Amino acid sequence: MSIPTLFAIIAISFFMIRVAPGGPFDANRKATPEVMANLNKAYHLDEPLPEQFGRYLWGVLHLDFGPSFKYRDYTVSELIFRGFPISLEIGLWAMLISSTVGIFLGTFAALKQNSAWDYTVMTIGMTGIAIPTFVTAPIYQLIFGLALGWLPVAGWDGGWQHKVLPILALSIPNIAAISRLTRGSMIESLRSNHVRTARAKGLGVRLTVTRHALLGGLLPTLAYLGPATAGIVTGSVVIERAFAIPGIGRYFVEAASNRDYTLVMGTVIFYGVLIIIANLIVDLLYSLVDPKVRYE
Amino acid sequence: MASTKLAERPAAGVRPSGTILEIKDLTVEFRTDSGKVAAVNGVSFDLKAGEIVGIVGESGSGKSQILMSLMGLLAKNGSASGSVKLRGQEILGMKDDELDKLRGASMSMIFQDPMTSLNPFLRVSTQLTEVLVKHRGMGKGEAMKRSIEMLDAVSIPDAAKRIRLYPHEFSGGMRQRVMISMALLCQPSILFADEPTTALDVTVQAQILDLMKDLAADLGTSVVLVTHDLGVVASLCDRVIVLYGGRIMESGPAETLFADPKHPYTRGLLASTPRLDEQTHGELHTIPGQPPAVATAALGCPFEPRCEFREARCKTVRPIIQDNGERTVACHVVSL
Repeated sequence: MSIPTLFAIIAISFFMIRVAPGGPFDANRKATPEVMANLNKAYHLDEPLPEQFGRYLWGVLHLDFGPSFKYRDYTVSELIFRGFPISLEIGLWAMLISSTVGIFLGTFAALKQNSAWDYTVMTIGMTGIAIPTFVTAPIYQLIFGLALGWLPVAGWDGGWQHKVLPILALSIPNIAAISRLTRGSMIESLRSNHVRTARAKGLGVRLTVTRHALLGGLLPTLAYLGPATAGIVTGSVVIERAFAIPGIGRYFVEAASNRDYTLVMGTVIFYGVLIIIANLIVDLLYSLVDPKVRYE
Repeated sequence: MASTKLAERPAAGVRPSGTILEIKDLTVEFRTDSGKVAAVNGVSFDLKAGEIVGIVGESGSGKSQILMSLMGLLAKNGSASGSVKLRGQEILGMKDDELDKLRGASMSMIFQDPMTSLNPFLRVSTQLTEVLVKHRGMGKGEAMKRSIEMLDAVSIPDAAKRIRLYPHEFSGGMRQRVMISMALLCQPSILFADEPTTALDVTVQAQILDLMKDLAADLGTSVVLVTHDLGVVASLCDRVIVLYGGRIMESGPAETLFADPKHPYTRGLLASTPRLDEQTHGELHTIPGQPPAVATAALGCPFEPRCEFREARCKTVRPIIQDNGERTVACHVVSL
């Protein structure tokens, strides 16, 4: 299934980026037509589209994503694998924190449904979702960087001090989303007949929740975590800009506006592969939890 | 049936008979947007050791809510008042952790829908053994052995192997057998059964009911069976309680009550039951009107609006409960 999906992703984005007006060298200083022609020839842009597509596919099959049009000294692979470890580290931390805290808060709110606790958690959650990161990031910098002086405002040297604020800024909206999702499905799970049976067996609150309600209640959250993880480890443009982090998030946007054809394709394929892998992992986890899926 | 093997305690005959459960003036109310609504209103009855009592009534008569309140399983907006004593111990208003020592151990419950009442994510073995681990402090191995015995007792073939399966690998009838074995693991004093056969094939219903009856007798467990199926009650129960609008209309030994129904509602119910052994002419009898929405429980008899024999006082004065020691009836018009 994933091979045709990947092919479709490559084909659609290849032709779409070329349909977009402008080209990779338009932003340069006005070059003479001869120079332009040479440039186009060097990058095979003068060939018919199907031929270019074939050439590109052939390259992809050999894991060669070509040179970047913009950062001419680097290949696309080099650019991605230079930035990705940084985005991955921050993203995984953020995901670990937000799923732990989010699931805990969501379950807690579901158990205390319609109480003051529930409303408090959900209000904070809604706020977390509603305020975009380009607002929260500068606020954190202002408070923790400037006012309190605990942490560096921005920059990257690989030390933990530089990671705290970006991870925080990435985590908050995810905590909010995960806790709301978990709350909803946990409320449903707590009302299900088999949880009623567990209560009728006198198992007590803790066993009833952990053994009987949580498994079913976390399935929707699990489904959400797959694509969300793929999204978060490929970096956030906003966060990486705000904190001056050399991740790969910025390439997604810069490549598109530069018409950096190969880099656009590279990032799209990279993201696509991550999504497919993440969903595969989620499917495997699903089959671990749900015996009905396992036997199908 | 391997009764000696199943029962750790002396069986029914040896055990002192007497009243196991005393329910006095049980009222179950729900807070709703339009105020408090009573689903069960001043219900009183006793349950004796080894007895099978059937509670019959239409949908909305409050019959299931009686069981839910006894098990402490009412919805969050529900509350119960009155008095319920299990072997002399008041259980109404008990804290959850206190109640958890009784639920599954001294009293247990099986539900209407066996398809969803078992946890789909856990093996049957886990769901059975956890009861024994919790209430009897058994180790895993001992609990497993006893659970397999119990599955054997409910006639699940190849129990030692089947216990490793997941609920979806069992049919509806088999799942209800698993539920019954689960409920009886700790040899409870009382088994509450909320329409245990409603969701099952007709052919399976009789088997399940027989099984319940035999096992309850073997273990000396009393049963409260809630149903709308009069046939089930007639074949299984020692005593019947007829519920309408959250109140007891009539109660008594199954045989005499069915042979000689007193209350107009009971008569209507029996007349509305299709019978295979009689020639029927034309349409099946129905009781005119609709069962009451719980909120309308007013001063008089709840059945008054639909009663053929109603008198003026039926609307304004609540009938006193006539009790001759064997049967009760709550009606102005008829007398015991």
